[in-house]
Amino acid sequence: MTSAARLLDRIQNSRDILGVLFLLPAAALLLVFLTYPLGLGGWLGFTDTTIGRPGVFIGTDNFVSLARDSVFWLSVWNTFLYTAIASVLKFGLGLWLALLLNRNIAFKSLLRAVILLPWIVPTVLSAIAFWWIYDSQFSVISWTLTRLGLIDHYIDFLGQPNLARGSVIAANVWRGIPFVAISLLAGLQTISPSLYEAAMLDGARSWQRFRHITYPLLTPIVAVVMTFSVIFTFTDFQLIYVITRGGPLNATHLMATLAFQRAIPGGQLAEGAAIAGAMIPFLLAAILFSYFGLQRRAWQQGGTDA
Amino acid sequence: MAAVELRGVRKSFGATRVIHGVDVSIADGEFVVLVGPSGCGKSTLLRMIAGLEEISDGEIAIGGRVVNQVAPKERDIAMVFQNYALYPHMTVRDNMSFSLRLARAPAEKVQERVGKAAQILGLESLLDRYPRQLSGGQRQRVAMGRAIVRDPQVFLFDEPLSNLDAKLRVQMRAEIKELHQRLRTTSVYVTHDQIEAMTMADRIVVMHDGKVEQVGSPLELYDRPANLFVAGFIGSPAMNLLPGVVRRSGSGAEVELADGGRVAAPPTQAGDGQAVTYGVRPEHLSLGTPGQGLTAEVVVVEPTGADTHVLARVAGKSLQAVFRERHPFQPGQQVSLRPEAPKTHLFDAATGLRI
Repeated sequence: MTSAARLLDRIQNSRDILGVLFLLPAAALLLVFLTYPLGLGGWLGFTDTTIGRPGVFIGTDNFVSLARDSVFWLSVWNTFLYTAIASVLKFGLGLWLALLLNRNIAFKSLLRAVILLPWIVPTVLSAIAFWWIYDSQFSVISWTLTRLGLIDHYIDFLGQPNLARGSVIAANVWRGIPFVAISLLAGLQTISPSLYEAAMLDGARSWQRFRHITYPLLTPIVAVVMTFSVIFTFTDFQLIYVITRGGPLNATHLMATLAFQRAIPGGQLAEGAAIAGAMIPFLLAAILFSYFGLQRRAWQQGGTDA
Repeated sequence: MAAVELRGVRKSFGATRVIHGVDVSIADGEFVVLVGPSGCGKSTLLRMIAGLEEISDGEIAIGGRVVNQVAPKERDIAMVFQNYALYPHMTVRDNMSFSLRLARAPAEKVQERVGKAAQILGLESLLDRYPRQLSGGQRQRVAMGRAIVRDPQVFLFDEPLSNLDAKLRVQMRAEIKELHQRLRTTSVYVTHDQIEAMTMADRIVVMHDGKVEQVGSPLELYDRPANLFVAGFIGSPAMNLLPGVVRRSGSGAEVELADGGRVAAPPTQAGDGQAVTYGVRPEHLSLGTPGQGLTAEVVVVEPTGADTHVLARVAGKSLQAVFRERHPFQPGQQVSLRPEAPKTHLFDAATGLRI
């Protein structure tokens, strides 16, 4: 046996070396497409880079100037408002939809598939559809309402700050409901029907069955679903960018859209990176929330069989 | 406590009819077992009493009140489910007190009822545990505790022991029976296990294909099965059933089997030449002198310790015999089995009914 063949033989029989080898492709993908851009973004936030000019390290100057930037604070406020209202609505409506779909209804599987549509359609396409729906001259909503005689002139959905905020939130809710509804439906189906029968015999009305059986047994899934939903909403970019581009008067600018606008069209790469970096603490908080929300509750511990 | 009346109860799921007219009256304080093979409709019938399934036709009355249109929670019944249906996110205490808390019972009353039920069932030390932390038998007890706390008119049990291992099942069987002797609450108990039915019931309702085959006390069913189905279903090992023809001679009668052998028939009105099914329980066969009774060839010998089961072949059919004595049988050996004539059964070959 030559020494090369012996080396090959040793590699083939070593769990450690093989393990590293198998790990490499995935690790390379993560490093190149996730860790490196994230690290670069973080670094850029501490430099004065602009497009076409490599910058130098300037410490926290970008963050100091952002702290005095009212547009930045407006985007933070918008982001929180957008996330809070949209998440609450998605949770409420999604849960309601899940409860409806969990009943025995005709065309159950077809309905479940249809419900998923808003989630499968590429966001940009649905955003363009909403853009038309909210258009100041061609809005189908305004058209319908005038025909019904409810209003006498077209609503300028995207022209007034609060109306524009409401409009983009509605679009986000429409898009996000399927995820919440289908996930919660999966959770509902893990609850044994005999628990409801037992509760019914114990004298629980339908609201009490929801309050004492459905909801407590659903909380572990609610924690996961809502964490993801909050993260998706907080980092939303596509809907806003297509429908309003942050307008009117920055009223719908989220941190993600502002970061992009400052960095790419505006050329201030460093400032954009700093805005994006400012999102990290909030996202970390959301992850911590899910971490604690996902802790096994006392009733889930012990025995392995149900 | 209350009596339960089923009058002409029918159930169909769409076009499929699963229960075809059941009439049973269950007396106040009685322990009645519904038994039958799976798919015979016994669980559906129980769920109809509970109000979890609608009644397609007929009437169910609890304590004299027709409950067809009464919601489950208004029927004043408690049910023990096959999978126990304990609320996984509640402690044993909360599981047991759930119904009382929903009814806004005062705290002292809840405390007292739960304490009493826990004491009856030996659950005092487990009150703060969650269902996941309990063994199968303990969960079973909690499920019963939840029923006892309600102090209902009727207890309904839906195969409560089928998830337990054999040893625990025997133990819980006795516990449930003892509990009933103590509380005297009318109970309806569903099982597919005829031994559970025999050991626990005051009266057994044997069901098959959505119909009641026979209603009676365990020993009535054992001694005088009304038809071939009950004969084959009740008793373990099962009754031997052999085809034959009645031969009358003077005042007595004999049954001629397929191989030409003849055995004495039980007292019967059956006419000469009538085709019948002859039934004899394995424990009613004893070793006879050659040329007397059934000529059998020993196939398998199974000693269980207390008694010995012998699988034999008679007139081309399998036949089982159980002996208290320890006979030195060998496979292939020819033996003569003598049935106890008064304890044998005759069924009409065409209708399957007892004659």
